[in-house]
Amino acid sequence: MKPAMLYKLVILIGILITGVADAAAHTIIVHPSLKVKNISQALQQAHNGDTILVKQGRYAVANLGIDKSVTLLGEGYPVLDGQMKGDVLIVNVNHVIIKGFHICNTNKGSLRNYAGIRCESVKNIIIENNRFNNTLFPVYLPKTSHSVVRNNVINGSSHENTTAMESGSGIYLWYASDILVDGNSVSGQRDGIYFEFSNGCTVSNNRCKNNYRYGLHFMFSDSNTYIKNIFSDNGAGVAVMYSGHIIMLQNRFEYNWGPAAYGLLLKEINDSRISDNIFGHNTTGIYMESCSRNQFSGNNFNMNGWALNILSDCTGNRFDHNNFTGNTFDVSTNGSPEQNSFDANYWDKYAGYDLNKDGIGDIPYYPVSLYSKIVENIPYAITLFRSFVVSLLDKAERAIPSLIPVSVIDHHPLMQQYRKS
Amino acid sequence: MLKIAKYTVYDIARNKIILSYAIFLLVISLSLFMLDNDPSRSLSSLMSVMLIVIPLVGIIFSTIFIYNNSEFIELLVAQPVKRSYILLADYLGVAGSLSLAYLIGMALPVTIYAPGTTGLYLIVTGIALTFIFTSIAFFCAVISRDKARGIGMALLLWFFFSVVYDGLLMGFLFLFNDYPLEKPVLFFTMFNPIDLARITVMMKMDIAALMGYTGAVYRDFFGTSIGMVFTLILLAIWAVIPLIIAVQIFRKKDL
Repeated sequence: MKPAMLYKLVILIGILITGVADAAAHTIIVHPSLKVKNISQALQQAHNGDTILVKQGRYAVANLGIDKSVTLLGEGYPVLDGQMKGDVLIVNVNHVIIKGFHICNTNKGSLRNYAGIRCESVKNIIIENNRFNNTLFPVYLPKTSHSVVRNNVINGSSHENTTAMESGSGIYLWYASDILVDGNSVSGQRDGIYFEFSNGCTVSNNRCKNNYRYGLHFMFSDSNTYIKNIFSDNGAGVAVMYSGHIIMLQNRFEYNWGPAAYGLLLKEINDSRISDNIFGHNTTGIYMESCSRNQFSGNNFNMNGWALNILSDCTGNRFDHNNFTGNTFDVSTNGSPEQNSFDANYWDKYAGYDLNKDGIGDIPYYPVSLYSKIVENIPYAITLFRSFVVSLLDKAERAIPSLIPVSVIDHHPLMQQYRKS
Repeated sequence: MLKIAKYTVYDIARNKIILSYAIFLLVISLSLFMLDNDPSRSLSSLMSVMLIVIPLVGIIFSTIFIYNNSEFIELLVAQPVKRSYILLADYLGVAGSLSLAYLIGMALPVTIYAPGTTGLYLIVTGIALTFIFTSIAFFCAVISRDKARGIGMALLLWFFFSVVYDGLLMGFLFLFNDYPLEKPVLFFTMFNPIDLARITVMMKMDIAALMGYTGAVYRDFFGTSIGMVFTLILLAIWAVIPLIIAVQIFRKKDL
């Protein structure tokens, strides 16, 4: 009989545990027609680990502090209206999940960073499938770590005539670490995604379009990974600065047009890898200033005004297996950048030959054309581009290089476009 | 007048040069489009060819044609036809057949391989350049009686517009680099039909580069529809003025 007793005991303990678990995880349903009419009422009743299910409707929520580790679930995108009174939700504890809400109307102005969801100094937060509209800083994570921001749709100001200074960053990380930012779509903000002093984050599958300033902007944020994002039609493209050990893979930087717009602006970015990205239809594809020891490979530069603008204070950067097609200028520089290597790239302007048919051109290619040097010094000279005189000058210079920097040279230009196998 | 133009076209059609011009353009365009699988690149090469070949052929062919045709013109002058009509009819005949050759040789491949606004701009400016340089050729031919001098002058004018002018403009840019130059440069490009044509096509072709730095000024000017109309009017003026001068001289000329 002893095994049977043990068996019963096990079942009893099992029932007890599930019972306790049940008791620990209540679900509180919120709707104006029910007993629990609003979220703050629900939060008062809730214990850690509870779920608050908010039914469809419109809720006036301003500066609501979440002080319990709960799961906030929205059903049918209930609207949390901040009524321009400050922040909307403020997360003060760890382990909070916020899912499926439509959050709108934070306060405006430059006094504070009024946020749609503010998570300060917390961990293990999940912000998922929310919509943000007319919020100054939709997702603001100061000093937060080990959290996820996923599949949110952020639309900035609905007002016209909003300027960059009157709106904030879509997803703003400040002194944060180990955050996953995935599948979000940001438009109409000042910067789509903005990192400051944030390390070890992964940014993937996001779409940042039509933001007033940058699609992506970060400073002093090391060891972050950016994969398969799309940054297009932003006021000034993407600008990243003062960081190291960045990995950027398979992103698209497109349609950033204007005198100060760059597909990707790199300033003091070191020891990073930028591979398999697409830079298309930008005034300048990549602009590099004071960058060292970075690797650029497998990128496609297509139909840019200037594919690559590399200033002479950049050293130790390597460019290999990139495709340069249909750009007005492939590479331009202000001086003679030393110790950067260009090797085995495909240049559509390459006019050499391949006698031994190994797919590598037999004569080296100088990617900096004389005319790009001239335009660098005399911007107005762009009017004479494609003129017969200019073609003559370029041809003469290619034959006997004397003015273009000989340090920028590709010894093994590819005859065919590089395709990743 | 149209009758004379018709006979001019017949005459031109007989002497095979216009046919070989059309075939030459056709071979160039087709080979450019077939060699490169990216039509936008072929278009840019085609544009360089167009900017050199069309003015050159237009101006040389027309000048030689008038000199070779001088006996026929003298015959016509003896008839009760206004002198200005004779020259205008000749102009229409020459420019018309050159444009036809251009349409067959270049516009046709462009519309097949690279349809779109850039191609359209290329075609329109090409026809405009044909009319302009035929007009300049008439001016050269009328002004001097000596054939060698006339052709020499035509060649010189072609060389001036396609090479020297841009060289001078570049020298000017180098010299006055420290000054705001966008307006003067804009102004100077109006005095060269080849530059006008080039910038018009470039507005479509190198739009990304022109958005940068100072390009915005040109985009604001040439890129708008008003700018476009303005450019077309300027090109028309370039075609009309040398012709009017030529007609004026021809009316009083002692043949």
